[in-house]
Amino acid sequence: MAEKVATRHAYGESLAEIGADPRIVALDTDVSTCTMSVLFGEKYPERFFNCGIAEGNMIGMAAGLSTFGYIPFVHAFAMFMAGRGYDQIRNSICYPGLNVKCVGTHAGLSVGEDGATHQCVEDIALMRAIPGMTVICPADAKETAAATKAIAEYKGPVYLRLGRLAVDTVTDVEGYEFKIGKAVELHAGTDVTIIATGLMVIEAVKAVEELAKEGISARLLDMHTIKPLDEEAVLRAAAETGAIVTVEEHNVLGGLGGAVCETVAANTLVPVERIGVKDSFGRSGNALELLKQYHLTAPDIAAAAKKAIARKRG
Amino acid sequence: MEPGRKRELMKQAMDIRITGLKMVQKAHSGHIGGAFSMSEIMAVLYFDKMNIRPEEPDWEDRDRFVLSKGHCTVALYPTLALRGYFDTSLLDTFRRIDGHLSGHAEMRYVPGVDMSTGSLGQGFSTAVGMAAGAKLGGKDLTVYAVMGDGEIQEGQIWEASMYAGAHGLDNLIAFVDSNKVQLDGTVKEVLDTGDLKAKFESFGFFVQSIDGHDVEAIADAIDRAKAEKGKPAMIIANTVKGKGVSFMEGKSAWHGKTPDEAQFEEAFAQLYKRAAELEG
Repeated sequence: MAEKVATRHAYGESLAEIGADPRIVALDTDVSTCTMSVLFGEKYPERFFNCGIAEGNMIGMAAGLSTFGYIPFVHAFAMFMAGRGYDQIRNSICYPGLNVKCVGTHAGLSVGEDGATHQCVEDIALMRAIPGMTVICPADAKETAAATKAIAEYKGPVYLRLGRLAVDTVTDVEGYEFKIGKAVELHAGTDVTIIATGLMVIEAVKAVEELAKEGISARLLDMHTIKPLDEEAVLRAAAETGAIVTVEEHNVLGGLGGAVCETVAANTLVPVERIGVKDSFGRSGNALELLKQYHLTAPDIAAAAKKAIARKRG
Repeated sequence: MEPGRKRELMKQAMDIRITGLKMVQKAHSGHIGGAFSMSEIMAVLYFDKMNIRPEEPDWEDRDRFVLSKGHCTVALYPTLALRGYFDTSLLDTFRRIDGHLSGHAEMRYVPGVDMSTGSLGQGFSTAVGMAAGAKLGGKDLTVYAVMGDGEIQEGQIWEASMYAGAHGLDNLIAFVDSNKVQLDGTVKEVLDTGDLKAKFESFGFFVQSIDGHDVEAIADAIDRAKAEKGKPAMIIANTVKGKGVSFMEGKSAWHGKTPDEAQFEEAFAQLYKRAAELEG
């Protein structure tokens, strides 16, 4: 595997690249060197608006800019984009259906040492509950670059969830194609399907390898788009493998696990095990140690897979 | 301002009130108080100052208007209808399940509405974004916004003001409809907003305080605001909530209450009488 890259870095480079389109503008809240929108800002200073530490105003300004035909990308940490900016995103962007891309970086527990106030584990739930919102959470640098281009071309509001940590590339597979709302099968399997999103996809890859050693054939779906959910892929997994495990660096309530359960419960009867933060706040600590403490690692996923298989109906 | 023109705009403001009250009567709901306090502002903007094309509502070089106090559609929708954006008969669908004239300002379906608003404090930021967008695109147009004097208790108003002032957005002309009354009582009782002129000046605005029911004062203030370069403009329009109907004036109860039959009758009588006087 090549060197590790944080999705926010890949995003910044990609945004600077697509910035050749004069309709693209970027707004940030004094964290541009963290969200990496700085790369766009350095290249296109006239189209870069640093709004200071004021998320609500930034999101509103983006709504106004979009009515002039611009495609605004707004930036903040996930906590303050989806959390503090919820009302502005809902009422100033999504309700009128404006073409604004909300980029929340430093999502999940892997923010690490900064601790619970900055570890957003609710953003997917908040954003997917808004009508008309598209929610995307890429797994690695390659997927982030593809997602950035795709959401710029897509007309409508989008929430893009990015991480702080540098991660390995896992989507460097043959035939890979990024399509909003279309899951990517990273590994074929027949006994159970692991559906992972964001930085958890790499852990899921390791879990698939562990399970294989024990003779368990696990399918792996990289669910980069949480809304609209690829229901067809979920239901095919349910029908063909009979058991599902969801994996996300997010509360088990309302996120990917919630979305998959909604789809499964409405259509079929298969066990679903959810790996995620068990309805608790995070805490300060080293990112990788946190993932262990909160049971978000490959062994946890493998154990959940076995549990899901055991729950299959005879 | 030429006396005939002045009288015309005053009459226009009364027509906005009368048309708005009919809308509320039909819908059995709507916010009258804050709509009546801003009727002169709407008359001057849409019938005198704004560079717009009602027959081409999406004309890209038009002046923009954001009703940041988004609940005051009882002023906005009648103004747009009377200005020719859509037929006044559509006003009968206000707040109805089979219509598109939603309770708060709605841009998706209502021609002439430049921004959907309703969540207080948010509209002004969108106006600041529009002003920034116009500058970026080299467009010579003005973005207008009207805020409530209760609304400015929202912190986002001050975030937006800080940005507009720091960046000298002189294509932005905002009003505070200072009718001194909000839902629960007077602004002084609920949360005194203090010296607005000093506050907005310290945020970098060119601030004027005027009689918000004097159409000539409104028009002159807009002219002075346009002449002032390098600063956004804030016009503190001193107004009366429920203006034009004696029993509603200055009363917080008339923020969102619907009159009963006798009250409607009395209100219409007063408004028609004043309109007839202006007709001369």
